[in-house]
Amino acid sequence: MTTPAPEAHISIRDLTMAYGSFVIQRDLCFDINRGDIFVIMGGSGCGKSTLLRHMLGLLAPAAGDILYSGQSFTLADEQAQHAMRRRWGITYQSGGMFSAMTLAENVALPLQLYTPCSRGEIADIVAYKLALVGLAGYQQYYPAEISGGMLKRAALARAIALDPEILFFDEPSAGLDPISSRLLDDLILELKESTGATVVLVTHELPSIFAIATNAVYLDAASRTMIAYGSPTELRDHSDQAVVRQFLTRGSNPGEPTEPAARSGNE
Amino acid sequence: MSDSSAGFQLVQQSDHSALLTLSGDWLQGSRAGSFAALSQQLHQATPESLVVDGAGLGQWDSTLAAFLLRCHNHCRQEGIPFTTRNLPAGTDKLLRLATAVEPHRQTAEPRGSWLAALNPLTVIARSTDLIRESLAFTGELSIALARLVVGKSNTRFEDFRHFCYQAGPEALGIISLTSVLVGMILAYLGAVQLQQFGAEVYVANLVTIGILREMGVLMTAVVMAGRTGAAYAAQLGTMQTNEEIDAITTMGISPMEFLVLPRFLALLVAMPLLTLYADLLGIVGGGIVAGGMGITPLQYISQTEQALAIHHLAVGLIKAVVFALLIAVAGCRAGINSGRSSAAVGQAATEAVVTAIVYLIVADAGINIIFQQIRF
Repeated sequence: MTTPAPEAHISIRDLTMAYGSFVIQRDLCFDINRGDIFVIMGGSGCGKSTLLRHMLGLLAPAAGDILYSGQSFTLADEQAQHAMRRRWGITYQSGGMFSAMTLAENVALPLQLYTPCSRGEIADIVAYKLALVGLAGYQQYYPAEISGGMLKRAALARAIALDPEILFFDEPSAGLDPISSRLLDDLILELKESTGATVVLVTHELPSIFAIATNAVYLDAASRTMIAYGSPTELRDHSDQAVVRQFLTRGSNPGEPTEPAARSGNE
Repeated sequence: MSDSSAGFQLVQQSDHSALLTLSGDWLQGSRAGSFAALSQQLHQATPESLVVDGAGLGQWDSTLAAFLLRCHNHCRQEGIPFTTRNLPAGTDKLLRLATAVEPHRQTAEPRGSWLAALNPLTVIARSTDLIRESLAFTGELSIALARLVVGKSNTRFEDFRHFCYQAGPEALGIISLTSVLVGMILAYLGAVQLQQFGAEVYVANLVTIGILREMGVLMTAVVMAGRTGAAYAAQLGTMQTNEEIDAITTMGISPMEFLVLPRFLALLVAMPLLTLYADLLGIVGGGIVAGGMGITPLQYISQTEQALAIHHLAVGLIKAVVFALLIAVAGCRAGINSGRSSAAVGQAATEAVVTAIVYLIVADAGINIIFQQIRF
C-alpha cells in the first residue's frame, strides 16, 4: 500500500449536465487521482449533487464522458457499468439506510448479493465494519432507533462493506454537530489511508474541506462551469477567482491573491 | 507454511503464551479462517497471552480484519493480552480503529416474536388500545368540527375541494366496475334459488333491496377504504416523516382542522353520492343478468319500481355517512400516529385499511341489528 504516483482514477471529460434544455454545468473537465480526497464544492444550487449523481450513473450526461481507470462509464454496457459500480461505496445525504432492516441486515445486504461468503463470515465482516465506524454492538438496531450521527456512520459501514476502491459521500457532515462532523472526517481520513481508496466528497463544510481534502474543483453557479481546480488551501490563498477565495474564506474580504510560490497551472 | 493457501496455525509457546501465525491470501470467499475452529483451540490451550504474526500473509481484505477483530474481542472477553506483529500496515491501523470504541453492550429493545403476536391477551390489549385511540381521535375530530361550525377553524376550502375531487369523480371508474358486478352476482344468487319456485321475476326485488340496503354501500365503502383511506394514511404518514405536521403544529394550526377535517368532510360528501351511483349501477347490473334469464326489461323495471322504497334508500345513505366517518378516522388516525420512516408509513397504510374494513363490517352488523329491531 505505498502511495503511487498520481494517476487519474476518475476522469471527467467535457461533461455537460442538463435537465432537458436547461443546462446546469457545461464543459467540466478534470481528473481525480487515485488516493485523492477530492471535494466538489460550490454554492448552493450550482450542481454539485447533480455532478455526483452523474458520476454515480444515476443521471446520464447531456454531452461528454466520465471515465473510471480510463474506461468510459457512459459508453459501457449495463453489465460493465454494474461491474464498475460494485467497486464503489456510496453514502447518501440522508443516509439511505433501509428503514425496514436492522443495521446488520443493511450492511450484510451487499455482502450477500456480491460475495460468496457464508452467513458466519458475513456476520463477522458486518461486526468488523460496524466496529470500524464505532458502532460495535449496534447490529440489531433499526435506523430509526439511532441518532443522526450514528446513522451517517452506519451508512458509511454499508458503503465500505465490499472494500470499495472509490468512496462517494454526498454532504457527509450535513446535520452533524461539529464534534461528530470532525470524527467523521477523521474516520474518512483513516479509512482512506489504510485502504488506499479514492474519496469523492460533495460538501461545503469549510473545516472539513481544509482538514481532509487533497484536491478540489469549484463549480460556479453564475458561469455554469468549473472555475477552479487544485488543493483547497492553495485555492484559498492564490486563486485568481475572487468568488473562490470568498467561498473558501466564508465571504470575508478576499483581497488580492497573494502571488503563488510556483504557479501550478489550471491542470 | 507461506504458500498461497490461506490459513492459521496456533502454537503454544513455552511461556504460556500462544503464537497465531497467519499465512496466505485472506480474501472474501477463500474460507481462510473460521474463527470457530480457532476458538476451540484457544479454549483447549487457555494461553495467558496471544501474539498474532502476519509475516506470511499475502493479499488480504476485510475477511482478515474481521477475523482479527474476533480474536481481539475474544482476548478482551477472556482478559488476556493481545498483541500483533508483522501485520500489513493498513490492517494494524484498521484494527486499532475498529477497537477504539468499546462494543455497545445494551441490547436493542426486545422485539416481540411472532408467537407473542398471536397471544390472545396481547391481541385484545392491542385492539382495545386501537379502539380507545380511535374514539379519542373521533372526539378531537368533533371538536374541530364544532370549531368549523362556529367559524373559528383553520380549515381551508381549497383543500376540501381538492379532496372532494380525489374521493369523488376519480373513484367513479372503479366504483362502476364493482357495483355492476355486485348487482350481477346478487341476481345470479337470487335467480338460482327463485327458479325453484318459478318466481324468477322477483330477482328484481332481491337485487333492489340487497343493493340499496347493503351491498351498494358496503362495496363502495370497502373500495374507498382501500383507495382513499390508505391514501390518507400514506399522505399524513409522509407528512409526519417530513416534519410537515410539526411545522403545522408550531405555526399554531391544529393538524386536526388543517389536515384531517377537509379529508373527512370530503369523504362525508363523496360517500353518499358514490353510494347513490353504485346503487343505480348495481340495479342495472342485476337487470343484465335478469335479461339473460328471460325476464323482459319492462318486467324488471316494474318489479324494481315496486321494491324501491324510500326507506331502503335511506338505510343505505345513513350507512354511507357512518362508513365515511369510520374510513376517515381509520385512515387519518393511522397517518397522524405514523412513525417517521418509510417502513412506518407502509405500516400506517396497512393499518388504515385493515382497521377501516373491520370497523365497516362491525358497524354494518350493528346498524342492521338496530334497524331490524325498529323495523325500519
